Amino acid sequence: MSDVDYRGIIRDGLWSNNVVFSQLLGLCPLMAVTTTATNGLGMGLATTAVLVLSNVLVSSGRSLIVPEVRIPVFILLIATLVTLVDMVMNAWLHELHKVLGLFIPLIVVNCSVLGRAESFASRQPVRAALVDGLMMGIGFTLALVLLGACREILGSATLFSGAPLLLGDHFSFLEMKLISDYKGVLVMMLPPGGFLVLGFLLAGKQLLDLRQKKAATAQFHCAVETTGR
Amino acid sequence: MFGVLAALLPATLYGFYLFGWPAINLFCVTVLACLLGEALGLWMNGRPLREYLGDGSALLTGWLLALSLPPWAPWWIGLIGGLFAIIVGKQIFGGLGQNVFNPAMLARIALLVSFPVEMTLWLEPHYLFSAHAPGFMDGLAITFSGLTEPDSISGASILGHIKTELSRDHTLGQALEGFYSPFSAGMGSMPGSLGETSALLLTAGGAWLLKKRYITWHIPLSMLATVVLLAGVFYLVDSDHYASPMVHLVSGGLILGAFFIATDPVTSPTTKEGQILFGAGCGLLVYVIRTWGGYPEGVAFAVVLMNSLTPVIDHYLRPRVYGRSRSGQPLPIKRPRNEKS
Repeated sequence: MSDVDYRGIIRDGLWSNNVVFSQLLGLCPLMAVTTTATNGLGMGLATTAVLVLSNVLVSSGRSLIVPEVRIPVFILLIATLVTLVDMVMNAWLHELHKVLGLFIPLIVVNCSVLGRAESFASRQPVRAALVDGLMMGIGFTLALVLLGACREILGSATLFSGAPLLLGDHFSFLEMKLISDYKGVLVMMLPPGGFLVLGFLLAGKQLLDLRQKKAATAQFHCAVETTGR
Repeated sequence: MFGVLAALLPATLYGFYLFGWPAINLFCVTVLACLLGEALGLWMNGRPLREYLGDGSALLTGWLLALSLPPWAPWWIGLIGGLFAIIVGKQIFGGLGQNVFNPAMLARIALLVSFPVEMTLWLEPHYLFSAHAPGFMDGLAITFSGLTEPDSISGASILGHIKTELSRDHTLGQALEGFYSPFSAGMGSMPGSLGETSALLLTAGGAWLLKKRYITWHIPLSMLATVVLLAGVFYLVDSDHYASPMVHLVSGGLILGAFFIATDPVTSPTTKEGQILFGAGCGLLVYVIRTWGGYPEGVAFAVVLMNSLTPVIDHYLRPRVYGRSRSGQPLPIKRPRNEKS
């Protein structure tokens, strides 16, 4: 347990075991909040905070938690953290909290948080759990921002609209209007559009993975077990 | 496929005559977009282009989609609709025969949800070559640069008109006074989608399909009969608020849907019993959506919803396997030939 494969953890979180694109977890907040890239970013950062804190807590308390009741204990820990994040956002990012509103408390039931606590943090040292939570969270955030950006561009031809709400007025340059008189494809703003965009993004990731695998195979002239599991 | 296209031809030509050059342009754009989407999907799947494009299925999808669009819709409606129908509605599932939903109706719903303004722009008929119809160049301008004056030319479709008037507490008698006559509605000389206005020509095409045995009677008849039955019952109960069966039959896309769209062999059940159930479900949903739903017309929604039930219907109403009883037991052999083996 002394030598933890941090590079593997980072790669897992960001790409090969990405919460959204590989595990397909946390789809409920994914569909609901990614109508704009800003909302996706806010939701992703909130989830990242919860993931990091819950991973650290679970990992440091892993010798105390009895296996028989581990799930209720995890849920309690996560719920406490989510309540804290909810209150913090309500206090300092009130406008964004109004937009994301309902979905912040629902981070409790985001399977990816419990999933990381159960499958990683409860059997790894604190530092590895911290890195894992951070990387999983960043991977989730990137996916949310990507999906939100695609839907926002297709749906209303803007990008990062409402960014000052999240990041403060210094970041108002992020707000962009790409095409001036654009009718807007309303279906992309609705849940079906979320599923469509997610499907195309998943197909794109598969394509990249396949191509990478093929290149690796060609290079070594033998089947290399890289990402297949 | 080509038989179905031939059966659609009279109603399509009538639609062209009714709505003029813009309708012809929109039709061409939609069909070309479908063929383009099909070619793209086939190329990405590494399939031979000529055989698959030549089977006419993409052509039929584009044709049906174009018939269900508002005739003077701008070109990008046809383009987005055609590409959506083929790529999302069909090729993603694996091409011809694999799609769960009717591609044309899926695209129509996506367009209706996305562009409610453009998709509900109905207009009074502008007969081709008549005095106030747009010429060829004007037609191009209307389709490709959107030079329309919607207020001066638009009219309401019968179903939309009924919905509006009822919401203003008018009775149906007042609403349809001077607006609807069974004859002109049956002939098709009224505002509506490109090719769904003429109930008469569509019924003729459907009858030809039945006679040629391209389709069977189960789906169209059960669908139409359900709508007529429900409309009849409610009309008898309260004729001020529920339109008569005749209005329901000749307006909107019901006839087109019953004969040409719901009968799509890929997305409808296999057995006769299943097809009757499927048609009845479509009819029920059409009536419910038209009468109590938020949209004035519901054929597309009804067909797509029932498409999603097709696997369930096929699961419970299976055809009998040859040589076995309905419950799957082998039938007793009546005249054994070879006792030893």
